Amino acid sequence: MKIIRFDDWADPVPPVRREVLSATPELDEGKPPVLFVPGFGHGAWAFAEFWLEHAAGRGFPAHAVSLRGHGGSGDTPGASLRAYAHDVVQAAASLPRQAVLVGHGAGALVVERALARYPARAGVLAAPVLGGWPTFGAALRRNPGGTLPAVFGGRLRLSRRQLFSREVPDAVARGYTGRLGRASARAQWQLLLHRAPEPAVGDPPVLVVGSPDDRVVPASALTRAARRYGGAPLLFPGMGHDLMLDARWREPIDAILDWLEKGGS
Amino acid sequence: MTTSTDHDSATLWRDGRPVYDRGETVCVVGAGPSGLVAIKNLREHGFGVDCYERETGVGGGWNWRHDRSPVYGSAHLISSKPFTQYPDFPMPDDWPDYPHHSQVLSYLERYADHFDLRPHIWFGTEVVKVEPADGLRWDVTTRSTGGYGAERTHRYAAVVVANGHNWSPNLPAYEGLDDFKGRVVHSSAYKDPAELRGKRVLVVGGGNTGCDIAVEAAQHASRCWHSTRRGYWYAPKYLLGRPADQVNDAILRLRLPLRTRQWLLQRMLRLAVGDLGRFGLRRPDHKVFETHPIVNSQLIYHVGHGGIAPVPDIVRFRQYSVELNDGTEVEPDVVVAATGYRPRFEFLAPEALAATTEGRPRLHLHAFSRRHPTLAVAGLVESDSGILPLVHWQTVAIARWLRLREAAPQRAGEFWAGTVAKETDRPWTGAKVKDTPRHWFEVSHVDYLRALQKMIDGLAGVRA
Repeated sequence: MKIIRFDDWADPVPPVRREVLSATPELDEGKPPVLFVPGFGHGAWAFAEFWLEHAAGRGFPAHAVSLRGHGGSGDTPGASLRAYAHDVVQAAASLPRQAVLVGHGAGALVVERALARYPARAGVLAAPVLGGWPTFGAALRRNPGGTLPAVFGGRLRLSRRQLFSREVPDAVARGYTGRLGRASARAQWQLLLHRAPEPAVGDPPVLVVGSPDDRVVPASALTRAARRYGGAPLLFPGMGHDLMLDARWREPIDAILDWLEKGGS
Repeated sequence: MTTSTDHDSATLWRDGRPVYDRGETVCVVGAGPSGLVAIKNLREHGFGVDCYERETGVGGGWNWRHDRSPVYGSAHLISSKPFTQYPDFPMPDDWPDYPHHSQVLSYLERYADHFDLRPHIWFGTEVVKVEPADGLRWDVTTRSTGGYGAERTHRYAAVVVANGHNWSPNLPAYEGLDDFKGRVVHSSAYKDPAELRGKRVLVVGGGNTGCDIAVEAAQHASRCWHSTRRGYWYAPKYLLGRPADQVNDAILRLRLPLRTRQWLLQRMLRLAVGDLGRFGLRRPDHKVFETHPIVNSQLIYHVGHGGIAPVPDIVRFRQYSVELNDGTEVEPDVVVAATGYRPRFEFLAPEALAATTEGRPRLHLHAFSRRHPTLAVAGLVESDSGILPLVHWQTVAIARWLRLREAAPQRAGEFWAGTVAKETDRPWTGAKVKDTPRHWFEVSHVDYLRALQKMIDGLAGVRA
């Protein structure tokens, strides 16, 4: 654990206006709030589609934050992973009770960093894009036209076939991909090159969920990520990368909430 | 959550009184900033916690409703947010660089609610006695605040004292003070500049509080004299358009030698603030970092407007005037003594903290009793940054130490003998600070946190 933090002291992350979408249960059952963190290109809207209401329906106060430069949040130039993690910690600390952090895609990479700065009740990494060269190789093979420009600071474009299973009608899928924005060039590069995250504070349980048919995150990466936290991934075959927007969105969120109800272990 | 099991567990006795055994539970004294973070970190490490708080709310001195609170209406932080907040619970982005004291209180209240700490706090209960018991455990005697009701004694596995050190006013024994006909108040009783309106005011003390009150007197009183013992360095709140402490840390991270840093910062202050002698202030008789930092952008401005007349130390009080050590006399209506506070641990025998006759506790890292492995003090530091981050890591170290003791007593014993018991008192300051009670607990945040880092790593190493 690193307690000398000159970055945080001498060069704090600049503040920004943040979009947080929420759905809260009608009756407070004392369940912990869940904060969803979208991946690169996505905004809080991706969770507002189905997951927020569903989680609230099951008694969990549910919130989704848009990272800076995404969705309805403000932007600062040259946003880094550290700035994104700051956004997540700020959103979590603003909730009335200790929150569960759920990161999707590259949002999971951000959540790993946020866990080192905020003692979450639990962490969930959904279809985690934790970066590194193998992920880059896979993306380059499957979608060279969308991946290559990102190397030069352009926008990383994910195709609808990477993000969704064939069960999602084309028009709907096109609607979603049309809403995608972009992460900063710096953060995109940090997908490839970044330091390993500092250990999570407060020793929270961490769950990894994903799909073996995800065309962004290979199954081996899911296994590797889960093993880091001493477990195995929960798998939902047949789903695309965007678990929260795919046709069978209900299954992963139910599994996550079941896991939380059992105390997350 | 732990619940009281008083009704069924009075199996122990001490001097004919029943003692209720609380098992492995840890006792925290005080629910101010240090107590709250102690509860949170002990809970995070799996301990049951009983915290006793004499007041009816959290926040300690930062809660202006508390009768011992030293805050005054206009008090703002003097360390910027990154140095003030708990490292795992940041203050909101939309708060200013230097929040107001009421924001600090709401921050502490939100912290208590966010981590659900209130169920572990017994409000309106003061600690009367903390005595060692068999097996390195502690008997803690409490009663309702104000002395009502019966005393009760509970036995705990460990005690973390977080009773604060800025609540018992220190008023020097000036000659002739009793005969002085004007009003003398300690800064702890000063709340609002309306008290000074139209009066001739003498503010005593060059600390941050003294400077703040002198600035308020300059704006509201008819005259203001500001008496200090020596010349100080006055750091502005902003340097180069950034909070000054952030600039200082940008320099610190370069790991330059102390002398170079002193030269650099003195150079910057000279450029930003200028020659203090020109304002009639005494020039500092020491290098920067050798006294507790004073952060005030307005003092010199008001000296320049003639609102504040800097004067030297007080020699004696007369019936209607105060004599200063340059031979002059001033005639104030009100004297505000911003002369600081004394640490007090009435519920503990002085030997427990190895206190000197002056009352200065001698603890490892200002936190760990060398004699009692299950007794620690949280928050007994004065720092060149905010204190909350330091107490956070102190209490993490305390929790990890107590965990290790429980899990591997023998290796814990070796660790204790090898580090805590052996290490002599060290100043955790970069520079050689002035040897006054003001600087008993002075630390530099980087040096001190490095030492804590070493201890936390050491504990993890023993554990592995």
